[in-house]
Amino acid sequence: MSNKDAHWQKTKNHMIVTLAIWFFFSIVIFMFGSAVNQASFLGYPLAYYMSAQGSLAAFVVLIFWFANKQEKIDDEHGYGGEREDD
Amino acid sequence: MFKGGFIQNLPKIYGLYTGGFIVFIGLMAIMESAGVSAASIGIMFVAFTVCIYALIGYLSRTIQVDAYYVAGRQVPTVFNGMATAADWMSGASFVAMAGGIYFGGYTYMAFLVGWTGGYVLVSTLLAPYLRKFGCYTVPDFIGTRYGGNLPRFAATLVLVLASFTYVTAQINATGTIASRALQIPFELGVWVGLISILLCSMLGGMRAVTWTQVAQYIVLIIAYLIPIFWMGSKLGNVFPHFMLGDEVQRLAELEAQFGLTKNAAADIKSAGVPGGLKYISNPHSAVPAGGMAVWKYLSLAICMMVGTASLPHILMRYFTTPSVKSARKSVAWSLFFIFLLYFSAPMLATLSKLQIMDPNLPTAIIGKSIAEVEMIPWVQNWAAVKQVFIADFNGDGILQLNEWFMRGDVVVLATPEVAGLPYVISGLVAAGGMAAAMSTADGLVLAISNCLSHDIYYKIIDPKADVRKRLIVARVLLVVIGALGAYIASMRLTSILGAVAWAFDFAMSGLFFPLVLGVWWKRANTAGAVAGILGGLAAGTAYLIYVGPKFMAQTPWLGIDHLRFGIVGSIVSLVLIVVVSLMTKEPNAATQKMVDDVRVPSGRAILGKQH
Repeated sequence: MSNKDAHWQKTKNHMIVTLAIWFFFSIVIFMFGSAVNQASFLGYPLAYYMSAQGSLAAFVVLIFWFANKQEKIDDEHGYGGEREDD
Repeated sequence: MFKGGFIQNLPKIYGLYTGGFIVFIGLMAIMESAGVSAASIGIMFVAFTVCIYALIGYLSRTIQVDAYYVAGRQVPTVFNGMATAADWMSGASFVAMAGGIYFGGYTYMAFLVGWTGGYVLVSTLLAPYLRKFGCYTVPDFIGTRYGGNLPRFAATLVLVLASFTYVTAQINATGTIASRALQIPFELGVWVGLISILLCSMLGGMRAVTWTQVAQYIVLIIAYLIPIFWMGSKLGNVFPHFMLGDEVQRLAELEAQFGLTKNAAADIKSAGVPGGLKYISNPHSAVPAGGMAVWKYLSLAICMMVGTASLPHILMRYFTTPSVKSARKSVAWSLFFIFLLYFSAPMLATLSKLQIMDPNLPTAIIGKSIAEVEMIPWVQNWAAVKQVFIADFNGDGILQLNEWFMRGDVVVLATPEVAGLPYVISGLVAAGGMAAAMSTADGLVLAISNCLSHDIYYKIIDPKADVRKRLIVARVLLVVIGALGAYIASMRLTSILGAVAWAFDFAMSGLFFPLVLGVWWKRANTAGAVAGILGGLAAGTAYLIYVGPKFMAQTPWLGIDHLRFGIVGSIVSLVLIVVVSLMTKEPNAATQKMVDDVRVPSGRAILGKQH
């Protein structure tokens, strides 16, 4: 497998993992909304909390993590050039 | 004090600007206590901020094509994040979102999840690849990736439809705020709003819009957060976001005490409740039972997420960063800046609801006698402009929860008054709302006019046009489209133009799969893309007409109503693009090589700096 293909394979896997986490915080939690709401966090009902703040914060952290890890993948394969020449 | 270029000095410049704005707020507060009228303070707030944006717009003027279309591709990560956040958060987010949560409770908060979760799709599936491509507009990518004028034209159609649905609502919002703050008629306010928008964008295109949006973000976030923290601290919560658990539970108790009653439509009509006013009938934090309720929540969140990842005025912001790496990081910063406002909106709704509902607070009105409530100054002010209304359905002279009607916008606009904050805060909120509506309108008008001037005029009609001619066409289109939007807004047709959510559904119906598969599936070809874009758009629109309450108003299929028609459109689009691509010839070697190159994050962009 060429360097390019190996890089793309890793990039694809990274995308799938990121989207799986995204799916959990955007869909799965709210699929079981009424059950989740029985639990509480900081005194808020949990499903309410996730919808108001929790999932939103999770997305912010997730995208920063995604970008950092993707940069590492790019560097490993020698595609980490800082500035485009266009 | 400023060594080096403009870009190196950005933190200093915007730091000074923020400091200056805070000094201005202080000055206004001093003037208020010195006896200057509330009306003059409102005028000064809006006039001062709009003049600053216009000045930034003028200083950013340009005659370079790449500066006009993509801000010279040199916007640093964090600043592009702020600009995107302002571009994203419309007058609706600023003024209406807290009101939506106020009345809709948990169910409405599907919008919060949808409008933030979409950025995960933007960063993983699209933004870095579109940046590598080096396109000027979203249809520029579709046109080059799939080849030929037909895909380019089809994508332009979706862009114009989605963006125009959105922009009239924004111009309408600037008009409403300008007319209230400057005390001029609404029709005139719309044109004042339009002129302000054009001043920010016409001379410098994307470059000017970028730097004004950063300035507008700073104003809008300060204007949104100050009242929340102030009100929170009045209630003894220093940092309301983490300390309102008890208040949320208290609201559930109060809901049980007062009862959540649904009014019959006939009663509302006979009592003469003005249109657009709502009453509290949904639980604040409880999850409604049943599979259908869950599906409604999820389907709305899905439409908003996928729509976010297809809206051209957002995607084009990531064309302005210096590299692929910075495009990715910039998405993260965008969401961070958006998050600051979005995670505050539910807290504002909670505090504001508690203010009127909790009998232990001096501001409470529910459960008091109606005669007493009607004497409160803020109730009188807002009732005079038909923004609040009291209907004594049971005739007991006591204000019940279902007898208090209010427009959603009032939650943000009147909360400072309700909580007894000084007028300077209301002036600040007006300036924030103006900033939010203007920044989104700027981005949208620019997205439409850039696309028409680049993709239709330059790429299809006159490929030999020189730079001067292209930029003149771009600016003329900008004015024409802005004027068209303002004209429609001034006719107050917005109620039949539909919801902001429609823009997301249109974009997702026609653009999401063609964009994503353009990067992630090499086999996708011209015929498939054309079928996917036009078929998806047609199916979505047909379904909208079928279920739309103002059109045929048929029973929605599986609960997919007019806010969610993008689900139908995008599924049709996916099926068509896959089936038609597989039935026709695979793309040629050059196109496949292009897709390979897009997937490599470093190296030259596919399209050159000038194209």
